[in-house]
Amino acid sequence: MTPISTGSEWTFDLIDEYDREIRKIAVDEFKLDVYPNQLEVITAEQMMDAYSSVGMPVNYHHWSFGKHFVSTEKSYKRGQMGLAYEIVINSSPCIAYLMEENSMTMQALVIAHAAYGHNSFFKGNYLFRAWTDASAIVDYLVFAKSYISKCEERYGIDAVEELLDSCHALMNYGVDRYKRPQKLSLAEEQARQEEREQYLQMQVNDLWRTIPRRDRDDANREPPRFPSEPQENLLYFIEKSAPLLEPWQRELVRIVRKVAQYFYPQRQTQVMNEGWATFWHYTILNRLYEKGLVTDGFMMEFLQSHTNVVYQPPVTARWYNGINPYALGFAMYQDIKRICENPTEEDKAWFPDLAGTDWRTSLEFAMKNFKDESFISQYLSPKLIREFRLFAIRDDDHEDKLEVSAIHDENGYRDIRSKLAEQYNLGSREPNIQVWSVNVRGDRSLTLRHTMHNRRPLDEGSAQEVLKHVGRLWGFDVRLESADSDGSITQRFEVKSNLELQRL
Amino acid sequence: MSHIIDRRLNGKNKSAVNRERFLRRFKAQIKEAVSRAVKGRSITDIESGEKVSIPVKDISEPVFHHGQGGVREQVHPGNEEFIRGDRIARPQGGGGGGGGGKASQDGEGEDDFVFELSREEFLNVFFDDLALPNLIKTQLMGVEELKQVRAGYTNDGTPANISIVRSLRGALARRVAMAAPTLARLGEAEEDLDALLESDDESTQEVREQRKRIHLLREKLGSIPFIDPFDLRYNNRIQQPKPTSQAVMFCIMDVSGSMDEQKKDMAKRFFILLYLFLQRNYDKIEVVFIRHHTSAVEVNEEDFFHSRESGGTVVSSALNLMADIVKKRYSSSEWNIYAAQASDGDNWDSDSANCGRIMEEQLLPYCQYFAYIEITEGEPQNLWYEYLKVKERQRHFAMQKIRSASDIYPVFRELFKRQPANRA
Repeated sequence: MTPISTGSEWTFDLIDEYDREIRKIAVDEFKLDVYPNQLEVITAEQMMDAYSSVGMPVNYHHWSFGKHFVSTEKSYKRGQMGLAYEIVINSSPCIAYLMEENSMTMQALVIAHAAYGHNSFFKGNYLFRAWTDASAIVDYLVFAKSYISKCEERYGIDAVEELLDSCHALMNYGVDRYKRPQKLSLAEEQARQEEREQYLQMQVNDLWRTIPRRDRDDANREPPRFPSEPQENLLYFIEKSAPLLEPWQRELVRIVRKVAQYFYPQRQTQVMNEGWATFWHYTILNRLYEKGLVTDGFMMEFLQSHTNVVYQPPVTARWYNGINPYALGFAMYQDIKRICENPTEEDKAWFPDLAGTDWRTSLEFAMKNFKDESFISQYLSPKLIREFRLFAIRDDDHEDKLEVSAIHDENGYRDIRSKLAEQYNLGSREPNIQVWSVNVRGDRSLTLRHTMHNRRPLDEGSAQEVLKHVGRLWGFDVRLESADSDGSITQRFEVKSNLELQRL
Repeated sequence: MSHIIDRRLNGKNKSAVNRERFLRRFKAQIKEAVSRAVKGRSITDIESGEKVSIPVKDISEPVFHHGQGGVREQVHPGNEEFIRGDRIARPQGGGGGGGGGKASQDGEGEDDFVFELSREEFLNVFFDDLALPNLIKTQLMGVEELKQVRAGYTNDGTPANISIVRSLRGALARRVAMAAPTLARLGEAEEDLDALLESDDESTQEVREQRKRIHLLREKLGSIPFIDPFDLRYNNRIQQPKPTSQAVMFCIMDVSGSMDEQKKDMAKRFFILLYLFLQRNYDKIEVVFIRHHTSAVEVNEEDFFHSRESGGTVVSSALNLMADIVKKRYSSSEWNIYAAQASDGDNWDSDSANCGRIMEEQLLPYCQYFAYIEITEGEPQNLWYEYLKVKERQRHFAMQKIRSASDIYPVFRELFKRQPANRA
């Protein structure tokens, strides 16, 4: 076989040819299941544009995206950072961006990584299957963008911007963690939007109509609790129940909520997703080399860049910044493959169900049915713990010193594994804050409750700031309490509704 | 099969709106940065971007996150020396981070958020302050002016540009050229016919044939079109950079004790505006700075804005000095002379009449425009009344009392209004 190309320059024909060869390996040989691909060649400026709209091909306008753009542009121009080689969008067709400055090798790497690696992950992983609708997201964003710009025309840029600010502050609390959202579809969305507006407003009015009727019996009975159970999805609760929001404002809350929901799986599968894509670009490009389709020079360039990507600096290094998801994910998939093919005695003891099975099937299973947290607690092997020299540090503010609670030894493997898994549990990474109660009969104030985990408090400055945003959305007083494990309140925040907040 | 799309030709400025939104939101901070920059810059260096820094606190988007305290366990790679149960001193300065890659976002005591304003954005903010009308803004910010000039004729163009004389002349030439051989043969044929008719003894058959040939030749001549698309000529016009010339700008400022920093800053904006205007219209601009109290001196820009002297005020000294400099260095046939004078209105009573006279006799005849601003809160003094008289008689003299930066533009209204007319 002669190599596909020898120089580093790319052309459209070459990209097409590489893509065809990569596809043969990825789809025909390794049976990756992918959405149709759309490879888009873009310039560095366009890459920066894509960055600032969180990678989406369309998005509504907001100053925070502008801020993002400005800072990206600044550091790019000064050469402080290179741009990512690739951005890939979880949509069908799956859109992957190729930057024109890349060499042919890098283009091939990106195609293998994004268009086949990430793509198959988006299509296969259970979180993405359950929570996102790849075929509808772009359409939905088109709807959102035009709806929001219509609102800007009708109600002014400032009013829309303020509302979006408030929603963005709560974006991480705008997701359903357990309930499957409805399918999105542009046509439906537009058709039903108006209907929904009216209906929603009616419901809200109904909720607040409860004020006068006060019977004798009622007087000494506890008023019914609202909401009857704590609610985890703050934005959903606000959309449905905030008393003062106009219908269009509810729709905006809904849009932000939908976008947050769309990105929710990505935040939970960083290690798995990047690891999967890295594993496949590595496997596919090596296969290309075995087939004689690429040159030694190609491989040198590829390996150099690959090595950089999967480098894990030790904790003592100055540039240490947590665990590199590419490194961990890549190592874990490689390790699973190794356990399947060449298990040691230790592996057989730890992974009896895995050792000796067909690696392709086992890998597919691992990709499909886990998120970072469960993936690590299922598959992190003692061998990897040793290789990464992982150790856990316990920081208890009641003690004056830090304690090394586990290291990479016989006694520590299980500890390390569960602790690392816990570290990727979004639920414990983000403060657990839920809607606690609304004073329906009285001053209509809203109370949120933070349930503390490991006695970790809220950051006071930011909590107060975010609470102002909640107040702006709710329209009446809002409170936030931090409750200890035994239910006693340790921190309290309060924002009084005042004119400034109601200026919406 | 994968779809490959070349998006490079699509616009690259998808983020322009977001960027503009960003600037809009932090207008106050940006304005402040711009006015700081204006203070720090030289008049002639007003046209570049500017670095703006905004405190991170103002720009952050808050989210709920954990603070310090409680129990936190974190797994790190690269253990070298620790074993289970080791106790280590807590590192100073936060350490640990907020559990994930967010450390930089959450940390405290960070630098400001710094970014660059482009030249357009910078000037926009600057003009905003001066309340410039939009037309003027584009005029000042616009790139080099182009002028349409005739450049011969071309073979294609729009019907409106057809040059009738040229086209008809071409048509005539073509007709002559195309008809010539046929005409010659026609002449010959007619002669032959005449000869035939004269000899009379030939058969009519030949005469008929000859007549037929003549008829055909006539028809051929007739079929030559009077005008053909090929003949059309169009006036050609090309864009040529507008010829520009040189100008000198005099900045005259009172630096007596009563002119404080704030008034000087206002004066500086006034000078900058004139400078920007000149820059659009002239290739080469020289700036002459004259400051005065009881006597006037020519100084450099640094001294002009930053030194301070006390004492009385004799405005005529500056006008005299300007007249001298004009005579010596800028004879008016080669130079366009503009002047801007800023003062707080103080002058010696007896000197004001003097000023009016010098202005009318020695300066205004040579100047394109003379603008005077009086930066004061108080009642106008006699210099103002003297200048009012001048203003009545001279169209290219403008004056204005100034309290805030937005009062500056009206001084130049005439100047900016006149300009488009000249340009056409």
